Formats: sequence, C-alpha cells, structure tokens
Amino acid sequence: MKDVGKLMKKKNKIVTNNVTVDYGDKRALHGIDLKIEEKEVTALIGPSGCGKSTFIRCLNRMNDLITGCKVEGSILIDGTDINLPDTDIVELRARIGMVFQKPNPFPKSIYDNVAYGPRIHGLADSKNELDNIVHKSLKRAGLWDEVHERLDASGLSLSGGQQQRLCIARAIAVNPDVLLMDEPCSALDPIATAVIEELINELKERYTIVIVTHSMQQAARLSEKTAYFHLGKMIEYDDTSNIFTNPKHEMTEAYISGRIG
Amino acid sequence: MNKILSTAAYIKIKDFYIKNPSLIDKKNRIYVTASDDVDLVLKKIIDVTLPENMRTVSNDQLKYISFLNEDNRIKNQISWKLFQNSDSREPELAGLKGGIVGTLLTMFVTLIISFPIGVLAAIYLEEIAPKNRITDIIEVNINNLAAVPSIVYGLLGLAVFLNYLNMPRSAPLVGGIVLALMTLPVIIIATRAALASIPPSIREAAYGVGASQMQVIIHHVVPLALPGILTGTIIGIARAAGETAPLLMIGMMAFIVDVPSKITDKATVLPAQIYMWANNPERSFEYLTSAAILILLLILIIMNLLAILLRRKYERRW
Repeated sequence: MKDVGKLMKKKNKIVTNNVTVDYGDKRALHGIDLKIEEKEVTALIGPSGCGKSTFIRCLNRMNDLITGCKVEGSILIDGTDINLPDTDIVELRARIGMVFQKPNPFPKSIYDNVAYGPRIHGLADSKNELDNIVHKSLKRAGLWDEVHERLDASGLSLSGGQQQRLCIARAIAVNPDVLLMDEPCSALDPIATAVIEELINELKERYTIVIVTHSMQQAARLSEKTAYFHLGKMIEYDDTSNIFTNPKHEMTEAYISGRIG
Repeated sequence: MNKILSTAAYIKIKDFYIKNPSLIDKKNRIYVTASDDVDLVLKKIIDVTLPENMRTVSNDQLKYISFLNEDNRIKNQISWKLFQNSDSREPELAGLKGGIVGTLLTMFVTLIISFPIGVLAAIYLEEIAPKNRITDIIEVNINNLAAVPSIVYGLLGLAVFLNYLNMPRSAPLVGGIVLALMTLPVIIIATRAALASIPPSIREAAYGVGASQMQVIIHHVVPLALPGILTGTIIGIARAAGETAPLLMIGMMAFIVDVPSKITDKATVLPAQIYMWANNPERSFEYLTSAAILILLLILIIMNLLAILLRRKYERRW
C-alpha cells in the first residue's frame, strides 16, 4: 500500500507537446511528445545526431542562444508553458539546472564557481548564508570532503571527474528542481563515471533528472524511464526495464542490441 | 668667441653673476655649452683643410678651439638638454621635451577616446548585435577602415575638426582625436578576436545557472578576454604613437619651442620632431635625429614588450 501511495503522488513534471526544432531550414526534431515524471531519472538514448541533445536543450531554452534555431510546440513545466516569448528565461534556467558534456567550470575559485549562481540570483543575504549554500551544494555533489581545504583553488585545478561534480554543485546551488545532464560522463574515465552515477542515484531523491547518454548500460543502471530517439523522432518511450528487455519497436531493439548507432 | 659658445652660454654667465655679485672682477671658471660647430670640429666632421670660405668655422675660431682643447678646457659629455629642452634653431640647445610631452598628451586623448568606444563597439558587435545585413556592412567597413592610409584621417581631421568645428590648430586634442579614429578599427578588430576566442562552454555554463546576457558578458566574457583586449589596445596605441602623416595635415608638424601643458596648447610629437630635425641643414641635427629615433624606438619597444608580457601572463589554455 505504501508503494501505491508513492506512485499516486508522482506527477508529471515536464510535458512536451509536438515539439519541433528547426536549424535554419533543417528540421532537427519532429513533433516530440514526452511526459517526464517528478523525481525520476529519465534517460534519452539514440545514435549521434538523433536530436536528444537538441531536445534536452529545449527544456531550459538553451537553444535560444543558437542563431537560426526555432523551437515550436508547447513545453509544460509544472503546468506552465515555458516555450512562450514572455517566459522569464533567467528564472527558468535557475529552476532547470544544466550539466554539460565537457566539464566547464568557470576559471575562478571552487568557492566562486558554486557561489556564482546564488550571487546573481540574490539567494544569500550574508556571507554566512552563502557559505552555507556552497557547503551544502558541494556536499550534495559529493565533492566537499575532497575540496573543503582548498576552496580558493581554481576550479580548473581539479581532475575531470571532480570538475564535473563541481559543475553539478554549481547547478544545484541555485536550488533547481530539474537537472538536465547532457552526456555528463562522456569525457570521464570509468571510475569518475561510477562516482557520478552514484551521485545521480542520490540526487534523484530531490531532483527530476533528464540525462542524455551514449552508454546504454548507464541508461539501464540509472533511469526509471528511457526514450529512444532516432533521426529527430522519438521512436519509443517506456519504463527502462521494458525498453531493454522487451522493446516494442524493432529500431529500438536494433539499437540496444548494437546493430545500429 | 662668437659662434664658439652657444647662445645659452651668455645667459648662463649672466645668471651666474646675478646670483654671485661678489665674484665680479675675479677670475672664475664656469663651464658653458659650446656651439655645435665646436663639436663638429672635434669630431673631425668639418674638414679643416678646406679653404676658409668653404667651411662654417673661421681660422680664428679654429685657433681658439684647438687652444681650449689642448688646455683641457673642453669637456665632452652627454647632453641631457635633449630631455630638458624643447625644439630650438640651435642644435646644441634643441631637445625632445616638447615632443615627448606632446606625444604623451596626444596618446592620452587617443586612449580615452578609442579604448572605451572601441571596446564597447566590439562587445556590441560580437555579443549583442543581431547578425544581419546591417551588421555585415558595418563589419566590412571596419575591416576596410583599418586599411585606409593614415593621411586620409589627417585630411578628415583638417576638414572636419579644424575647418568645420574650428578646433585649435596643432593641438594634441585634435591630433588625439584623429589618431583615435585611426586606432578604433584596430582596437575593435583585436577586441572582437579576443571575445570570439572565449570558448562557448563558458557562456553556456553561465547561461545555464541563469545569468542574463549582460551578466555573462560582464562577469565572464570580458574579464577573460581582457588580456587580449589590452594587448590589442597597446599595439594600436603604439602604432598611433609612431604616426606622422595624419598630424602633418592638422599642423602638428611645426616648430614649437614651448612645452605644451594642456591638450589645447600648440604641440608637436616625437615622430614629427624627428622628421623636422632630419630636414634641418645643420649637420649636428643629424645626431639629434638619430638620438630621437632611438628614443622613439625604445618607447615603442617598451609598449610592445608590455603587450607581450601581458598576453603571456594572462594567457589561458582551455
């Protein structure tokens, strides 16, 4: 009964309706409909150039930065369409954190990397409060024990895996409720990858996570739901266990068994 | 004695006795500046075997000079007047102070106009302006302006600032504005290159935590591009400091004996001073010209070195 209660409480965090993306006159995404549930990990898999990164970048309007990129359709987050011209993008991006493929800490100190978001959004009234946010964020990102003695060191002095966790800390410092991760482990070695995966498992207690990955094992290990993208179309979307054991579409099956992609 | 002593010698002797009246009627030893001809004789540049009417020193003067020299009454020393005096008709008195101060004032005007306008224009064009036909045209024009011969800027200064706006002739103010216009495209192009070299991942990172466009530019892109921006600015200013042609048109190529004290005073600049000295008939100006060229080169080398050091120190690899 307890499980049922938990299931009932889950609600759709992100709902996209017929999202299409055009780069100039090239269509990159064809009418994507997807429902992403709260506090779950949703994995997007598919061969390179299939549009999964483009899709994830729609969710925090990152595609606005690309000239000639047009996003159409509605993207409801907590019931509000964020794909409207009058959306407050600054507020949206604070609510939807993002972690990129290549670790990209600012060339500043570890402390400043994490404190930057709270500073520009005015989340801390005092130095003490800011210290607390930095402490909490680094702790949640599993980096505190490794760096608490050298918060003044440059973020670039850390190893690749540490840098990526620093980027996660930076993203969660502004208190988002969704974390978008665009192949967060593709530039990391297996050990650092394992650390990040463990971290993602902890983070899904608090955050709704959408992760793009090239590793099917990673999708299988981490996610509750998996969507398979191919050539700008979403081929199949289901529980991860179903996708990997019993795919309904033959293209999905071909991809996960390694025949395409 | 005439023509052996510089005109400044008489003033020095007069001043000495005004200061020490008690020494009048006594025998005193005072060193005074010699005329440039004395120097030329001692350096054997004047051919004393020529007939008297074909050289600038007479036989009597030669006798005086060799007497003084054999009696060890002539000292040869570096003339610091080069830095203490302004231009003069007398080579032994002519100095660069006017030119150096004029150059500093002109560069000051150039810098305060071209640096902020150039950097802001580059930030706007690179980061904010939409990419369309108009910005394309502006971009092509800026690149073309960087290749316009500098004398054309001088003509512009003459036509617009002097004739139309009635600004003062020969002033560092006008010279500075003209050189600023000439430097602007250089600074804009260098700044844009520096901004474009900031990797997109840094911008994405900042946008990703919800920074506005202005915050991304002010907090991240500009600070990271600053070494490149400053390098470009220094090189642009150094080029302007060595420029002569545009200043020719606005009257800064002039014989000016006063040291300018403000940007509206009449002034000349180092390269103009070099050009004028090189045209003087007195042989001694040849040495002054060489000295001035070395000083100008030294200033330009120091500026370029500064640019290189700045770039080395803050260069970042991604």
